[in-house]
Amino acid sequence: MVIYAGLQFENSCEVGVFSKLTNAYCLVAIGGSENFYSAFESELADVIPVVKTSIAGTRIIGRLCAGNKNGLLVPHNTTDQELQHLRNSLPDQVVVQRIEEKLSALGNCIACNDHVALTHTDLDKETEEIIADVLGVEVFRQTIAGNILVGSYCALSNRGGLVHPHTSIEDLDELSTLLQVPLVAGTINRGSEVIAAGMTVNDWMAFCGSDTTATELSVIESVFKLREAQPTAIVEEMRKSLIDSYV
Amino acid sequence: MAANMFVVPQTQGTVLCCKCGILMAPNPANMCVTCLRCEVDITEGLRKHVTIMHCPECDCYLQPPRTWLKAQLESKELLTYCVKRLETDLKKVRLVNAEFIWTEPHSKRIKVKLKVQKKALNGAILEQSYVVEYVQQDHMCESCTRFQANPDQWVASVQLRQCVSHRRTFFYLEQVILKHDAAVHAIKIKQMDRGIDFFFGNNSHALKFVEFLGKVVPTDKGKRSQQLVSHDTKNNSYNYKYTYSVEISPICREDLICLPPRFAVSLGNFGPLVICTRVTNNITLLDPFTLRQCFLDRDQFWRYSFKSLLSSRQLVEYDVFNVEVVSPEYNVGGCKYVIADVEVARVNNYSKLFCVRTHLGHILKPGDRALGYDLYGVNSNDNELDKYIDLVVPDVILIKKSYEEKRQKKRGKPRPWKLKSLNMELDESSEEKMGLEYEEFLRDLEENPELRFNLSLYRDRDYQPSEIASMADDDDDVPSVPLEELLADLELSDVEDGEDSMRE
Repeated sequence: MVIYAGLQFENSCEVGVFSKLTNAYCLVAIGGSENFYSAFESELADVIPVVKTSIAGTRIIGRLCAGNKNGLLVPHNTTDQELQHLRNSLPDQVVVQRIEEKLSALGNCIACNDHVALTHTDLDKETEEIIADVLGVEVFRQTIAGNILVGSYCALSNRGGLVHPHTSIEDLDELSTLLQVPLVAGTINRGSEVIAAGMTVNDWMAFCGSDTTATELSVIESVFKLREAQPTAIVEEMRKSLIDSYV
Repeated sequence: MAANMFVVPQTQGTVLCCKCGILMAPNPANMCVTCLRCEVDITEGLRKHVTIMHCPECDCYLQPPRTWLKAQLESKELLTYCVKRLETDLKKVRLVNAEFIWTEPHSKRIKVKLKVQKKALNGAILEQSYVVEYVQQDHMCESCTRFQANPDQWVASVQLRQCVSHRRTFFYLEQVILKHDAAVHAIKIKQMDRGIDFFFGNNSHALKFVEFLGKVVPTDKGKRSQQLVSHDTKNNSYNYKYTYSVEISPICREDLICLPPRFAVSLGNFGPLVICTRVTNNITLLDPFTLRQCFLDRDQFWRYSFKSLLSSRQLVEYDVFNVEVVSPEYNVGGCKYVIADVEVARVNNYSKLFCVRTHLGHILKPGDRALGYDLYGVNSNDNELDKYIDLVVPDVILIKKSYEEKRQKKRGKPRPWKLKSLNMELDESSEEKMGLEYEEFLRDLEENPELRFNLSLYRDRDYQPSEIASMADDDDDVPSVPLEELLADLELSDVEDGEDSMRE
């Protein structure tokens, strides 16, 4: 299955708030029932580690942290135990870094894939440098449809992106040029505009909330090019490159 | 600074409707209109069937708890009423438009199409029209019920009286009432001996009528008496019948009055023998020898409440032989008077010649006829006159010029104008006497423009001036109503029957 639709975390269809999915790992919040965790586990367990965690004692981990296959950034109020737990559970090539930033909901402020990131316009200069360093991406300060919380209104993978439905055509073109991926304006969870809160995506898999309609699912499938992607192929590529470098 | 900034032109992109997948411009709900309408019904919870009460007798609709509103089918008032009945519902949504849908008049159904706006999910404003059906139930309103039960039922009555022997005041009053529509609410009007009774369905109508009377004729304050009709012990309410007794002052135009001594002194030695020249809500008194005028309002009059010495029934005809003007022309309150010494003799008794002073010097010429009071021959039984010890009473006081001879020529000729009349129940016994008095009243109207001021005279469509009349009009001594003062009568099919009643 390339899209897991119909997910609910304690009766809320905002999947992207309680989870974070990248190409190298997946973080899941600690919930009442195990259904949420088992959904991720059933799909991803044999490919990437699925880690149950909390950040700053909360469950809204998807909105508080930002990361890609190279690293994970967590806000300043993450506890030491959580940080240690994350460092232990995630693969060694993923750098977990806690940053001192006034805007602590990093998931709302930063939208990134493995190559490029869009950030909140008021982010600190130091934070920007840390992002570029830890995540290994090019950083652009942008707005989406006039909203500064780029992390909420845009869901990004290496193959495509879905943005706020009110984005104008000129904005779409500009962002597309910056990000070097095709972008589409659309909705999630039956007309909701907060894209990143309603879904979470990586290069071969997408998880969407239970209210998502068939039209929305078809849009997601087409823009993120999920039909052709298979996890083994991507990981194979990665392994090859790793072996190459070792030699 | 904002003016210099370069702003990129923004074109709206298109999104797929999240339900049906058609391309559409993004909106707050991100669903196309059709899907949104299927999804959300903003008329949910609004009433679609309402019952309204309608009185078949007077075509009124009930607005609870007690008001009855008169409205025609498919009228603006009915639309306002229908929308008002849905007030509680329309608080939840915003009303944009309302209109009627045609229904068969006898079907007892009224259909109104309402267009409403409401905020739906995500802040999108939805507009939807829906039809409300009103079922009309027949229910007689209280006034119709009461009227049906007893058509003569009155709640308040006004008894108007004047203690004089003629009905001139009442003819005049009738015309004033017609002009101002004061008796519109009267259920019944009955003519009585020396007065008129008015019956009303409502105490406030009667009060209003009494106030109106106080403004046009000098009445006293009016006494009220009430009679208990029914008494509800449970909620302590009482049903009364009210009767107002209003008396008009006995002083009329052309009356000769002898003022009480104290009153004459308080007015500054106003000559005790005075003529009343005009009666509206004030009484105007004129001293014919000094041409002093005095106004009495009703409070002043009723404080002294004197009677007239001689009234117009006792006017006697005199022939004028000689006129000697004594004073220049004075303008007293709009009327011109000239004091003159005249020699007159009674028409039926030429033996005695009287030399008297009169104020009518401006219109009397030798050979004229005049009407006046014969104080020489009269035997008056008046307390006030007796109080004056040193008073020199003149023999004759002339009041007005007589046009009787000239009227003889015009006898039987119709007038070019007519008056309307109130719907009164008449007292049959006095009809003949009333006919003569009415004729005199009409003559009075012709002679006195100030009387006509308050009334409406209508052009008589049936009037055809005959040839003989046009010849006689050369001698235009006889005063008549100029054509400009006549109103064109409104031709309404169901105007009162009394239109043609010139009581002959």
